[in-house]
Amino acid sequence: MDQSRIRNFSIIAHIDHGKSTLADRLLERTGAIAEREMREQLLDEMDLERERGITIKANAVRIDYDRPDGVLHEFNIIDTPGHVDFSYEVSRSLEACEGALLLVDAAQGVEAQTLANAYLAIESGLEVIPIVNKIDLPAAEPERVAEELVSILGGSTEEVVQVSAKSGLGIDELLEIIVERLPQPEGDPSNPLRALVFDSYYDTYRGVVALVRVVDGELSEGDRIRLMAAGVDLDADEIGIRRPAMEQTGRLSTGEVGYLITGVKDIDVIRVGDTVTHATAPASEALAGYAEPKPMVFSGLFPTDGDDFERLREALDKLRLNDSSLLYSAETSRALGFGFRVGFLGLLHMEIVRERLEREYDLDLVATAPSVEYVAKLVDDTQQIVQSPQDLPDSGSISSIEEPYVQVLIITPSEYIGTIMELVQSKRGEMGEMNYLSTERVELHYLMPLAEIVFDFFDMLKSRTRGYASLDYEPFDYRPSDLVKVDILLNAQSVDAFSTIVHKDKAYTYGRAMVKKLRELIPRQMFDVPIQAAIGSRIIARETVKAQRKDVTAKCYGGDITRKRKLLERQKEGKKRMKMVGSVEVPQEAFVAALQIGED
Amino acid sequence: MSEYRPDSPVLADLAHEWKSAYIHLPFCRRRCPYCDFAIVDESAEGSLGHADYVDAVIAEIAMEPNFGPLDAINFGGGTPSRLTADQLESLVAALTDRFGVRDNAELSLEVNPEDWTADFGKALSTAGFNRVSIGAQSFDPVVLDALGRLHTTDMIASTVAGAKENGIDSVGLDLIFGHPAESPESWEHSIRQAVDVGVDHISTYSLTVEPGTELSRQINGGAPAPDDDAQADRYERFEEVAGNAGFVRYEISNHAKPGHVCRYNLATWAHGEYVAFGIGAHDHRWGTRSRNHRRSDRYMEAIARGERPTVGVEDLEDAEQERDRLMVGLRLAAGTPLTDTAQRFADSDAGQRLMDASLLEVSNGRLVVTDPMLSDAVIREALSVSAPDC
Repeated sequence: MDQSRIRNFSIIAHIDHGKSTLADRLLERTGAIAEREMREQLLDEMDLERERGITIKANAVRIDYDRPDGVLHEFNIIDTPGHVDFSYEVSRSLEACEGALLLVDAAQGVEAQTLANAYLAIESGLEVIPIVNKIDLPAAEPERVAEELVSILGGSTEEVVQVSAKSGLGIDELLEIIVERLPQPEGDPSNPLRALVFDSYYDTYRGVVALVRVVDGELSEGDRIRLMAAGVDLDADEIGIRRPAMEQTGRLSTGEVGYLITGVKDIDVIRVGDTVTHATAPASEALAGYAEPKPMVFSGLFPTDGDDFERLREALDKLRLNDSSLLYSAETSRALGFGFRVGFLGLLHMEIVRERLEREYDLDLVATAPSVEYVAKLVDDTQQIVQSPQDLPDSGSISSIEEPYVQVLIITPSEYIGTIMELVQSKRGEMGEMNYLSTERVELHYLMPLAEIVFDFFDMLKSRTRGYASLDYEPFDYRPSDLVKVDILLNAQSVDAFSTIVHKDKAYTYGRAMVKKLRELIPRQMFDVPIQAAIGSRIIARETVKAQRKDVTAKCYGGDITRKRKLLERQKEGKKRMKMVGSVEVPQEAFVAALQIGED
Repeated sequence: MSEYRPDSPVLADLAHEWKSAYIHLPFCRRRCPYCDFAIVDESAEGSLGHADYVDAVIAEIAMEPNFGPLDAINFGGGTPSRLTADQLESLVAALTDRFGVRDNAELSLEVNPEDWTADFGKALSTAGFNRVSIGAQSFDPVVLDALGRLHTTDMIASTVAGAKENGIDSVGLDLIFGHPAESPESWEHSIRQAVDVGVDHISTYSLTVEPGTELSRQINGGAPAPDDDAQADRYERFEEVAGNAGFVRYEISNHAKPGHVCRYNLATWAHGEYVAFGIGAHDHRWGTRSRNHRRSDRYMEAIARGERPTVGVEDLEDAEQERDRLMVGLRLAAGTPLTDTAQRFADSDAGQRLMDASLLEVSNGRLVVTDPMLSDAVIREALSVSAPDC
């Protein structure tokens, strides 16, 4: 295809603002998908994505747009995740585009993540088309939202496109605007091949499938290719495009987007961010790659049944084939046995990984409360990275502890500014800039310890602003803080999986809340179970789960032994989901109790 | 048998060899709000007739293969006292003809106080009944009302007296404790009345909320539910008072004066064999457990076709029978013999943990649960350790 007739773009939108519907509509309107094949969220292939209505993995799809004047254009839509945890996926998808559609709900307005992703697009030099969606909703305020968009992007409200992706209103106009406003891909067909690997996934039958954007030159089937960063030469076995079903084309020319299969099974050979060139006539310089995504949140994952450890390892290995951001190493807990310390991009990522492990690999897991990565500076002038509170060295050998801070962006209706400031302060946040997007909506910047965010900040922010505030954050730096480790003792035995690092000023409140929550969550046992919180050897809070006094079917028709046996076996099955910690049966949710104590 | 204490291990082991028969007589004037048993509500239109049902049960008895001779016969319900003494006698005769009955066998009947008459008592005695169990439930009118019972406290006393006058050897009564309408004082009163009224046997049952019952609907609608701790208090108080009055606990819910153990009851928990007749009745013999249709129309249809009214049959391997013996035996005060299965449980991690918590002990070659109120906690572990595939 002639470069002048190619348009590569992403759609940036907040959850529920209609991105997948818009993509569906574009596919349908250009005839890429017959109406009978139409199903909702066409680009989200994972079950979890469809259930939760979110996009986790990037995706790329080709559509052919026949302009009213009869000139055929080629669109490549590169779908991107909307959630903050997956912003690294967004940034690398944007590298493969010249433009972005910034889609905002006409009733909701601009949200923090949309704004953060819009800034990413602008920083990457993309042409942004602002679009107000759902203009036919009764609560729609397209003019107000258009003004918000203008205050962020500049320009005038006339440039803001108004559509209803659901009904198809404005879609024909939008197709024309995409051709007119978005630039054609740059790049030189006569230069040596350079193609960017912007995503990859593992297919059981075909091995690693790389999604590539050809920047210079042309990529054809049968070419001997070289991955410039990996320094590996391979054969381009198959080349094609996704519609979204795979369609073999044999070649991709300058500016085009498609897939590449080499027969390689090892996901680590074809890394996202690498540059594909020809082995025979290589380019002299690789394209700018990406920074490796860095896990920010760590949690221990343990099989409820110790025998499942190897199955958990295999499941993690398999998940990593499609999620290179997933990092893990074996971990041993006195309380929970053998498991893994797993690094995640954020809480949603953690939740999704756990759910996929349980659902797709039929595992029953206990997850410990999430922690961030601390740096313990030791008195002997060395330092130790601490991903798990139980790894924190003795307080005697520590000179200071540093914790990660993040830059936080919150967008909120202005009436909640006071509430949010109070909340942020209670979470050790420092106020930064404040900008009004309009008279009613404001953008707040803070510096906050990441640890305060990963616990329950997002839920608290949502509940205190009736769901109106939105949040985004990015790493800032490490700072020394006055931190202590709070241990929890069950039946006088310290349970490593419950240990948490908290700020000294909050240790007592935390300890009290935690033992109280655990008292609610741990069922009564055959003996009294004291629950204590301690800093070092000092007990700071105590509760007791009183011994159970009645556990018997006293009314019983003696003849029906079968029914009674089955009932007891079912009850026993239910108890299996609990973890024996010493002689105490602890339900799985107790291990993440720290997440639930915030608002109590 | 009167030479043994009710909780004697020797007696329990004898009971393991006993053969019993159970006949389910499902008729009730109406269904009590807590009840989920297989009953026939006589207040419902077109409900099954007593005489037809008795004929059907006699026909079912005739279809049963050889078993016996019988050491114990028990008529449960429902409300067996809804039948006439003649009808009851014809059922006893059918059992005697089919299986034979030992000379000193127990012949026991559950009766409701509101059904009792002097004539009925006399006829029972003539028919050979030597034990009655009275559905007293409480001596507090408030609790009786909350339980939906139709009798007065006076009727309980006159039923006990009437049974004694007619020479019935063993007279027992049932109590239900832990209804939210019952106070500690009310329960204390019921206990005192029960031990003073002159019975030889008292069964105490904690009120259990069964799904689908009126009680369950009331609680789902916001009515107070029975409280486990309160029920444990009531049970302990009963043990104390009844114990001082000479009643010995031989099973979680059953307490008898020496010589007055309910043999059918003891045999059930000692894993003895029994045949059972009537709707919803459960058999256990020759390594097989089976149950009858719970619905009276299906039961009657099967009998009319000349078929046995059995719906569920469970054939048990030897190991499964051992597991069941352990499971039921742990309900007995005498405990259960240390068979290989019981020993394996005692030696398991779970068994050791229970012993460390003083809930389970080995004493005189038997495995015994020390706190009957926590029996299920022990039995659940026993079941998982003694599963045949281990």
